Amino acid sequence: MSVVDVIQVSKRYDKVAALDDVSLTFGDGEFFGLLGPSGSGKTTLLRSIAGFVEPDTGDIRFDGKAVRDTPVHRREIGMVFQNYALFPHMTVFDNIAFGLSVRGAATADIRERVMAMLGLVRLSGLEERRPRQLSGGQQQRVALARALVTKPRVLLLDEPLGALDKRLRQQMQIELKQIQREVGITTIFVTHDQEEALTLSDRIAIFNEGRVVQVGAPHAVYERPLTAFAASFLGDANFFSGVVASGQRGLGAVQMADGAVIYTRDSLPELGASVTVAVRPEKLAFATGAASASADAPSNRLTGVVTQAVYSGSSISYRVDAGTEVLVFAQNRTAQPIEPGTPILLEWDPIHSVVVGS
Amino acid sequence: MRGIGGLLCKGYLCLVLVFLYLPIAVMMAMAFNRSALYELPMQFDTKWFVALAQNEKLLQASLNSVLIAIANTIIATALGTMAALAFHRHRFRGRTLLQLLLFPPITIPWLIIGTSMLVLFFWIGIGRGLHAILLGHVALSLPYVIVVVGARLKSFGETLEEAAATLGASPWQTFWRVSLPVMAPGIVAAALFAFAVSFDQFQISRFLAPPGVSTLPVVIYSAIRQGYTPEINAISTVIIVVSMGLMLLVARFYRFGGER
Repeated sequence: MSVVDVIQVSKRYDKVAALDDVSLTFGDGEFFGLLGPSGSGKTTLLRSIAGFVEPDTGDIRFDGKAVRDTPVHRREIGMVFQNYALFPHMTVFDNIAFGLSVRGAATADIRERVMAMLGLVRLSGLEERRPRQLSGGQQQRVALARALVTKPRVLLLDEPLGALDKRLRQQMQIELKQIQREVGITTIFVTHDQEEALTLSDRIAIFNEGRVVQVGAPHAVYERPLTAFAASFLGDANFFSGVVASGQRGLGAVQMADGAVIYTRDSLPELGASVTVAVRPEKLAFATGAASASADAPSNRLTGVVTQAVYSGSSISYRVDAGTEVLVFAQNRTAQPIEPGTPILLEWDPIHSVVVGS
Repeated sequence: MRGIGGLLCKGYLCLVLVFLYLPIAVMMAMAFNRSALYELPMQFDTKWFVALAQNEKLLQASLNSVLIAIANTIIATALGTMAALAFHRHRFRGRTLLQLLLFPPITIPWLIIGTSMLVLFFWIGIGRGLHAILLGHVALSLPYVIVVVGARLKSFGETLEEAAATLGASPWQTFWRVSLPVMAPGIVAAALFAFAVSFDQFQISRFLAPPGVSTLPVVIYSAIRQGYTPEINAISTVIIVVSMGLMLLVARFYRFGGER
């Protein structure tokens, strides 16, 4: 069952389309990530759902009812802003109580629910503090508690962890996900951090230039990107362009300009058509001399020379000159990086060759 | 080296304090001196305060000044706060131009503004009088209020009001429970400015005051020309004590500019 439906929504600012015919459905209890570069429309969509932006055309529905004429304060939403927007003149308690208090809830009821929320976000005992006396992570939790206490139908998060440092951000990601599961609230969040989107989301929508490029579960979007943009925005990718040399079902071949052949399990267009294939850098392995591929399970193979090795502890990233420049992420198993200048053989399973455009 | 530097800094601080406060201190002391000619040694006397209490002209002018300043503070603060909110919330045609237009009145000499107001007020039939003085003062105070309240609003961004809306607060509730309390220190500071601009105002008041009606700065100026009496010291002492008390009270409530 869907909680929020976005139906063919468009919004233009002057001549620029901030949203171009966007349709999305947000299911009950779903944690949904809107991912894209700045100016791609993800924030405009979030603000349209909140009611701060009025779409030019299209409909936004909450539980099936159009909300075009419902002002922000009657939409029953919860929102966490990037800078938290905590009320500086109120204590933590009064900040969290605000939504209940403007609805005219009874004092005893407010107290009980605020205290329960403080427990949920692990801030019990800090209710008399002012926002400026809290750390960034604590302010973030107050903002979350304040947004959740009114039991909204949908929770909107605008780059919620953007202002935190990396370690704290990773810790808050886990907590945010736990709290969301516990409360079971439909959550839509905007981020430009691909790792955050993959970690938190049940589903992801990738935005580019006001359009939704791809929607799906994190692994589906990451492993099978539909376009070169999706492949390069969500993670890193190597692109190989060539023409279809064999369209055999289950194993096609793409011949590149230098004669090398890339095999793929994806279906290909007609023979001779030009296509682009994407391969994730961590799917490539260095073959160790002996042929590991048999005739009925052919493997992709490229020869090249290591041009650069960047050591980062648990992993090492290599740049390899194999006709085109190829990026390879390798686990640091041997504690011995391959020196630049070393000739090597790259190998990967055709299932990891993803056709991203023809 | 460090010792000499420190000594210089202290000397500098002393000079600042001397030039700022010594004239005021001397004037306050002379208000209690029996001699009208600043003769020393000082002989303590309150006779100038007694004379002041009987000086109808000076008292009436003081009353005018206080009434105009209070009316000006209320009107200018209310109008200026509304204008600052409009600048803060809305992006409209001519917004930047209007904001730029706030500054010339602060920099144009008051003498020139006073003259031009006199000409205009006569031309459109407003004429002279306390109402004209009040009108002039409000016009002059508005830019200060808008700038001071606007600076306060700017330091909080727009998201506080948006956050209140997402939490279910109507625009009216948002104003009373979020915008106004957040603006309060700025509004108080702006009100003090408006009061000071009006209470200090000499040029405009002088031009717009009809014969026989006057404000305190105008009367003090005329008195100095006609022959200075220590009654002026006495009234000045009263004003300084009251305004400093007011200032300290406000500073105590809002750690000035400190709260963020």
